[in-house]
Amino acid sequence: MASVLTRRLLLATPLTIVVLGGLGFYALLGRMQTGSYDPHAFANPLVGKAPPAFSLPGTAGQQGFSSTDLAAAGKPILVNFFASWCIPCVQEAPMLDQLSKSGLVIWGIAYQDKSDATAKFLADNGNPFQRLASDLDGRTAINWGVYGVPESFLINTKGVIIWHYAGALNDDVVTSGLLPALKHAS
Amino acid sequence: MIPELGHFALALAIAIAGAQAVIGIFGPTMNDNRALRAAPALAIGLFGTVGASFLCLVYAGIVSDFTVRNVAEYSDSTTPLLYRITGTWGNHDGSILLWCLILTLCGATVATFGRNLPSSLRARVLGIHGLVCGGFLLFTLTVSDPFARIWPPPMHGAGVNPILQDPGLAFHPPVLYTGYVGFSVAFAFAVAALIEGRVDAAWGRWVRPWTLVSWCFLTSGIALGSWWSYYTLGWGGYWFWDPVENVALLPWLTGTALLHSAIIVEKREAMKIWAVLLAIATFSLSLCGTFLVRSGLLNSVHAFAASPDQGYFILALLGLTIGGSLILFTFRAPVLSASGVFAPISREGALILNNIFLCVIAVVVFMGTLYPPFLDLLFGVQLSVGAPFFNQTAIPLTAPLILAMAVGPLLPWKRATLLPALQKLWIAAVVALIVAVIVDLRWNAVAALGLGGGAWVVLGAIIDIAERVRLFRIPLNHSISRLFTMPRAAIGAAMGHFGFGVTVLGIAGMTLAAHVVTVLQPGQSVQLGGYQWTLNDIHDAPGPNYAKRVADVTISSDGHKIMVLHPSRRFFTAQKITTSDAAIRTNGINDIYATFAGEQDGGGEFRFNEHPMAPEIWLGGLIMALGGGISLSDRRFRIGAPARKAAKRPASSIAAE
Repeated sequence: MASVLTRRLLLATPLTIVVLGGLGFYALLGRMQTGSYDPHAFANPLVGKAPPAFSLPGTAGQQGFSSTDLAAAGKPILVNFFASWCIPCVQEAPMLDQLSKSGLVIWGIAYQDKSDATAKFLADNGNPFQRLASDLDGRTAINWGVYGVPESFLINTKGVIIWHYAGALNDDVVTSGLLPALKHAS
Repeated sequence: MIPELGHFALALAIAIAGAQAVIGIFGPTMNDNRALRAAPALAIGLFGTVGASFLCLVYAGIVSDFTVRNVAEYSDSTTPLLYRITGTWGNHDGSILLWCLILTLCGATVATFGRNLPSSLRARVLGIHGLVCGGFLLFTLTVSDPFARIWPPPMHGAGVNPILQDPGLAFHPPVLYTGYVGFSVAFAFAVAALIEGRVDAAWGRWVRPWTLVSWCFLTSGIALGSWWSYYTLGWGGYWFWDPVENVALLPWLTGTALLHSAIIVEKREAMKIWAVLLAIATFSLSLCGTFLVRSGLLNSVHAFAASPDQGYFILALLGLTIGGSLILFTFRAPVLSASGVFAPISREGALILNNIFLCVIAVVVFMGTLYPPFLDLLFGVQLSVGAPFFNQTAIPLTAPLILAMAVGPLLPWKRATLLPALQKLWIAAVVALIVAVIVDLRWNAVAALGLGGGAWVVLGAIIDIAERVRLFRIPLNHSISRLFTMPRAAIGAAMGHFGFGVTVLGIAGMTLAAHVVTVLQPGQSVQLGGYQWTLNDIHDAPGPNYAKRVADVTISSDGHKIMVLHPSRRFFTAQKITTSDAAIRTNGINDIYATFAGEQDGGGEFRFNEHPMAPEIWLGGLIMALGGGISLSDRRFRIGAPARKAAKRPASSIAAE
């Protein structure tokens, strides 16, 4: 049997946890007021860093790629996480096509998607991707901190993520975010 | 005038709640009979005043009194009557008043149906309950006043949020809140027991019905919310691991654990400290959920816009309620001692296993939900924890729960051996295995495990009942008469497990869902799931406060027309918001689901889905809640609790075989 003291300490753990949690919430509320904590920001901690190591197979008849391929490409690359089952991805498709035609290299990662479904999606909505990898179990997406599809990352010539956007790319995002970032990409 | 009356009633309610708290908590020590009798009367009076206040708000909504900010911002004269009423609680301030209404209703119910309780315990329970009511009423009146007026009043209201203009969501909050708030009674019982320093079998028996009622409502509330998101959000998802969903799931998990550990307290007088802690934790998690949603601390699609002082107020309220009860717990819990002894393999052992896994799942979900804000606070790192984390952690933890669920009810109390129970379950094991192998060969391993597990639990529950009525071992009519005389709690428990198994089947079946996203011109068609989906026409249709574009989609198989679906898009003119209304046709085991996502160049963009077993997800929830209801009608709850001394040895006929 545990001694009386350990028993008392054990019974005090819920209180300790709640007190610490309460202090944490208090601090968070304070930060929210000063604006230094925003739960709705989709900031990605990887911006300014190289993406985590990965190597993914190709899908829908295209060549896959790895983190070393990204670093060795020597040109800015837009990495786009998407899935055939996602409606915003359909809305985003024309914008990706337009970007691809303007000369930006786009590599896609199909998130939790089967090869034939991806192929059908590309046949219906156009294929802006020069390379296309399959992240079937979604593990790479977790490592990248992907919030949901579609999500795009701009990688500079040194292989570092310099810009990130969660959601479907549209005119606003491209002109105010992607294009300025692209200027500093090399 | 009417809103002022509501405001006044609210202020009056705080005074009554304060009186109830003081008289209830200190009455028993004064040994004054009048004080003991006053607490129930005050609890009923409190419900009356808050009810009057709530009716005033509803009245303002019905007559579209736009001088009341709450009505002006969330309602409109063109809004249909039903949603003018439900709109009053579809926003922050109104929903807090609804919260208080249900809280006081719970207190009034204890006062009315708790006549069998020792009067000192009843007074203490009501006193603590009154204290909680008072805190929340004070919050409503000071920083979240639903009766605030605006001047000059606008000509038209801003209208109800179109997404909320839906029967499923109109009734989702009251049901869910009843679930949340109902646990306040179990909480009050736990704190009262700590004050008295006494938890015994009778306590377990008193707490169980209250826990059961809240659990039924919480189960229905969660199922209703999930069903709503399935048919309105337009892509067939039913659970997103969104923070708001997680904070509703947390009290459900610990509440389910409480439901099971209260059985041990009642039958075997063991696990007392644990049961008390679970009762405190469950209500604390309900409160925490309210706080997290309303303070806007978590990134959620459901977030209310709230001012920071509301956040501080709720946090202080939470600190007093949870902190206070836990301080009491820390000092008083050592007094409670267990008397029942049991072997690891026994009914008690199985129930403890259930408690461990439920609580571990709760901890994982809790950590996953709160990890992002706390990581940001401590290390300045921003990240999000999404569905993949929860799927990969919570689902494997459910597997042992599923395995044990069928076995547990077949084990006797105190000491048992596994083999006889497993022998009784051989049919379930064989069927589950066959299902799993077939699904694995035909589709994939994940669905195979889920469907096999679901079949195991469902059949396990049926075998449990069959064993109790000794089916096929005694003449059939004897079995049937046994079915009608057996304790309803046993039937309810088996139904609860059965319902859970059905939900597991539904969730597993949904992993086999097929879908296609496509743009169709009228006359064109697409193939999915062995059907041909043809767009016939897109046309306009009128609505009460919105304009509608309706698509007619014919579904045929081998040239035979099977059905016509009408997915539509609604344009809410007042708010300039478009919502899509999915068309779903179900045959009970399979959903055909069509969403009209957008229009372009005369054609339409569609999402067609085939969802195998989808209806079972919510059917299972309904069965679980019904099982709880049947259990609640058990004889020992109906005839009321026996006097405390007599409850020392629970009636052996009820204590299972």
